[in-house]
Amino acid sequence: MIEARNLSKTFGPIEAVKDLSFDIREGEVVGLLGPNGAGKSTTIKMLTGYLTPTNGSVKVADLDASREILSIRRRIGYMPQDIPLYEDMVVIDYLHFISDIRQIPAASRREKIKDVAERCSIEKVITQSIGTLSSGYKQRVGLAQALIHNPDILILDEPTSDLDPNQIVEIRNLIKDIGKEKTVIVSSHILSEVQATCGRVMIISEGRLVADGSPDELLAQERSNNIVHVTFLQVGSEEGVDAISWIDGVSRVKPMEDGHFIVEAVKGKDVRPDLFHLAVARNWVILEMRTEQVSLEDVFRKLTMN
Amino acid sequence: MNKLKNILTVFRKEFLSFFNSPIAYIVITVFLLFCGWLFFQQFFLAGQASMRPLFALIPLLFIFFAPAITMRLIAEERKTKTISLLLTLPLGNMEIILGKFLAAEALLGVGLLLTLPYAFTVASVGMLDWGPVWGGYLGALLMGAAYLAVGMFCSSLTSNQIVAFILGLGICFVFFIIDKVLLLLPERLSNVFEYLSVDYHFHNIARGVIDLRDLVFYLSFIAAFMIYAIYAIQREDWR
Repeated sequence: MIEARNLSKTFGPIEAVKDLSFDIREGEVVGLLGPNGAGKSTTIKMLTGYLTPTNGSVKVADLDASREILSIRRRIGYMPQDIPLYEDMVVIDYLHFISDIRQIPAASRREKIKDVAERCSIEKVITQSIGTLSSGYKQRVGLAQALIHNPDILILDEPTSDLDPNQIVEIRNLIKDIGKEKTVIVSSHILSEVQATCGRVMIISEGRLVADGSPDELLAQERSNNIVHVTFLQVGSEEGVDAISWIDGVSRVKPMEDGHFIVEAVKGKDVRPDLFHLAVARNWVILEMRTEQVSLEDVFRKLTMN
Repeated sequence: MNKLKNILTVFRKEFLSFFNSPIAYIVITVFLLFCGWLFFQQFFLAGQASMRPLFALIPLLFIFFAPAITMRLIAEERKTKTISLLLTLPLGNMEIILGKFLAAEALLGVGLLLTLPYAFTVASVGMLDWGPVWGGYLGALLMGAAYLAVGMFCSSLTSNQIVAFILGLGICFVFFIIDKVLLLLPERLSNVFEYLSVDYHFHNIARGVIDLRDLVFYLSFIAAFMIYAIYAIQREDWR
């Protein structure tokens, strides 16, 4: 559905995006992840045709962005970052304006606007001027605007930045719902959001694609070793390290204070039963034993920090 | 057909938003105030049944009012970043610029329409020759459009409305004054400069004589600045 080849974008001396290539298939929900200033928005702006790439090409639905940008824009619903809206317009007039440009026929327009207002829950404010709305409502008006023509591709640049926790859940459900039949690209620096909504994550750092896969794949990549934390009652560091190192499959033991040890084992090996048997044999008391969870945060931090 | 519809959509939105904000009311009120004061001062002094005093003033007034009308049209979109949405809708740049330009011209037209009572007042007290009056209005619309085109171009260059206004004012003033400094120039150049003067062509039309040369001048002047504006609008900002 979307084909980006060797995209790069420079602004004067700043290289915002460097040699980015990716394919997005129809029906995928892709999370574009990266720290602030990584080039997420620039990438998105190149996909929507707002920015022209310095190098490389974009194809959307087999249409070349450099030649058929208007046909591409017809198929895209886009909500830019910071949801820019015409503050002096009334919500319903704004939606009519967008419907005019989106060439929604007059016969079905009333129904479409009503439908999209309901989906984004903005019926209550539909006769208010946009400037008077809270940022949560503004964000949902921005979303309604992007959805009104039922686009094949929905591109949302940080869609939940101004919402409260309840609204975030609502929007996530909406994104998931839309993602069942449409292609969705969501940019965010909030990891839990991407984990909750996206089937595929692309991590961008300093303008480069540093990881691409499903959240589980990315986690598996990071989970090369199994790490177990174990704490024994009154066991000295040396004594503990000595004994634990003998367990089959243990690659490293790191003693912490107060009988706490971090045990690293080779991939696929769960050392917890062995630790239990060791404790029984030596008559040690286990106070705590747990495996370390690798989170997307760890993956993210590792990939985007130098 | 689609293009026309898009231009109309942009036009309608912009024209209504003039009246949703105080701009339209302020511009029209101040314009009428100036016209009224300057016109009636002359009218009673000269004691002639003619609209000429008014049309003598309009070129100068428009230098201020045209950039004031256009200054926000694109600069504000840049400032509030709505331009990132506008330019990613299925709209051509030409459709955006033309729609906005026509909205500005329509506002100017409303202002001029409201000066018609002056003409009727004059006609009621003396024999008014309507030829130059209609010529004057047509000329004012064309000259206004030329100034608005300059203003649109300036507005598309910046995200700061004040910069757009001052720059527009400056460029408009240059095209107003250009035939008034002829004395200082070599004779060979004076024809060129006279031809470039917005004011010169206005006075030709305001005499009631509609010459093709004047129309061609205005239309090509407007087209040139519209094209500059169309190119300037896609100037890329850093994020």
